[in-house]
Amino acid sequence: MTDLASRIRQDFPILQRKVHNVPLVYLDNGASSQRPVQVIAAMDEHYRMHHANIHRGAHTLGEESTQAYESAREKVAGFVNAPATHEIIFTKNATEAFNLVASSCGRFFLSEGDRILVSAMEHHANIVPWFMVAEQTGAKVDWIPLTSDGQIDLEAAHALIPGAKIVACTAVSNVLGTINPIAEICAKARESGAVSVVDAAQLAPHLPIDVQALGCDFLGFTGHKMCGPTGIGVLWGRTELLDAIPPFLGGGEMIEIVDFEGFTTAPLPYKFEAGTMPIAEAIGLATAIDYLTDIGFDAIRKHEVDLLGTTFDMLTSAFGDKIRIYGPQDINRRSGILSFNFGDIHPHDLASILDAEGVAIRAGHHCAQPLMRTLGVQATARASFYFYNTKEEVEILAHGLEKAADIFGI
Amino acid sequence: MTESIEDLYKEIILDHYRRPRNRGSLLPPARNACAYNPLCGDEITIWVDIDENDTITDIKLDGKGCAISQASGSMMSTLLQGKSLTEARTVFLRFKSMLGIGKNKTDIEIFDPEAPAGSQLGDAEALKSVRQFPSRVKCATLAWNAFEEALGQDTAVSL
Repeated sequence: MTDLASRIRQDFPILQRKVHNVPLVYLDNGASSQRPVQVIAAMDEHYRMHHANIHRGAHTLGEESTQAYESAREKVAGFVNAPATHEIIFTKNATEAFNLVASSCGRFFLSEGDRILVSAMEHHANIVPWFMVAEQTGAKVDWIPLTSDGQIDLEAAHALIPGAKIVACTAVSNVLGTINPIAEICAKARESGAVSVVDAAQLAPHLPIDVQALGCDFLGFTGHKMCGPTGIGVLWGRTELLDAIPPFLGGGEMIEIVDFEGFTTAPLPYKFEAGTMPIAEAIGLATAIDYLTDIGFDAIRKHEVDLLGTTFDMLTSAFGDKIRIYGPQDINRRSGILSFNFGDIHPHDLASILDAEGVAIRAGHHCAQPLMRTLGVQATARASFYFYNTKEEVEILAHGLEKAADIFGI
Repeated sequence: MTESIEDLYKEIILDHYRRPRNRGSLLPPARNACAYNPLCGDEITIWVDIDENDTITDIKLDGKGCAISQASGSMMSTLLQGKSLTEARTVFLRFKSMLGIGKNKTDIEIFDPEAPAGSQLGDAEALKSVRQFPSRVKCATLAWNAFEEALGQDTAVSL
């Protein structure tokens, strides 16, 4: 199973480095993945040879940059199986995508007493924008509860969706790794006339996306968790809705005409792309999509499921009751994310001890405080895998945990 | 990093983490304040009783969090118990000096690494390795910030 990892690891120079004189074991991919030389080279090439602002000057570099940027949009459209390329809006990140949807939907169709339904396992990026819009419009935020093993309570969801104006739900939990039945939730939302907003930040790096099969209205994700650069995210939305809602940010590029009375907006997708966009980053993201597609999402998924199974077995057999793993026990229902607590060692202490062994994990509330409250914990430790991680690295993680157990005497 | 991870988790730190001193709360008119680290969710609430001579007559803490934040609070409480506010100010600045943060004006406020162990900040000197772990400095100062805020409620006795 390490075949894939051993084949592609040399594409990631950072994975060759050492920290504290030991090899880096990077298990914080849920926060941000690393990027291959192909992505770095594509951005480098853009800056060295082609860069100019896009959609403006009638000169060669401007045309080359525009061409590359718009090709990136087409690449993303294909990646999510969008019915039309103009439905792809580039943003700064997933957070900005959800702020755009919340703000623009809020001004278009939310009013006092309307219900915004948010799952209890959302990242703050798909919670806080809704609270903000609720404050502005008088709408209220309501929650889809979870089952005890960290899955969406579907029965409750079915009962709560009718009458809601918005249903905001993550496709994959950034804490638990739970893969949610997002198509079923979106179908119920559509049937009830609610607009569905899907957080795909933890889906896009690991599993194929088909917005038509999911049946959602909006879907957002970020580039830096899927081998792309930081500073670029994607919002996909249905044409009908993107046409109906007002623009988010105002400025250059998003207008058609500005006069002394006001402005008219540019057509999609430019209506939502105010100011100079992250051009090199869009090119980097397109290269990352090529890179992932070349490896194949089937191969990526298979590798991650194998790794997750190994980790589950290794940690539970080594540490028994000392380790508490959150979320579904069925690894087929989760992506390569493992949140856990270890004895009475605080996750922050665990992260420091593991770091000394070269192992990078995340500790804290993972920007999901409502979920932490549901789990009844203050924080968790989270190891999150990608296709370049190996069984040997899981062994080093287990060894680091042994060391933590020694230090804390558990 | 010159310090090893074992230097960070010395026995004395784990002892204060597992058996925190001065745990609990005080009734009004004790001053209180809560400090929170949004990065990791650690929290500490502190209660301080100060008499008419500006002496700290009692100090209690409650909270949840990592070994460093909780041990540091426990150590601080034992250090400050019975101290005058002037003395507390010196302790406070010396602690920050040990961690390489804050401004110091006089010799007695500056932590001297050559001085005999425990002579300046008692058990809290065990936290000096935290300086080598920049991401953990906020953990070590959490309780101290709460203390400063509790006193800040009354500018007359502010540090």
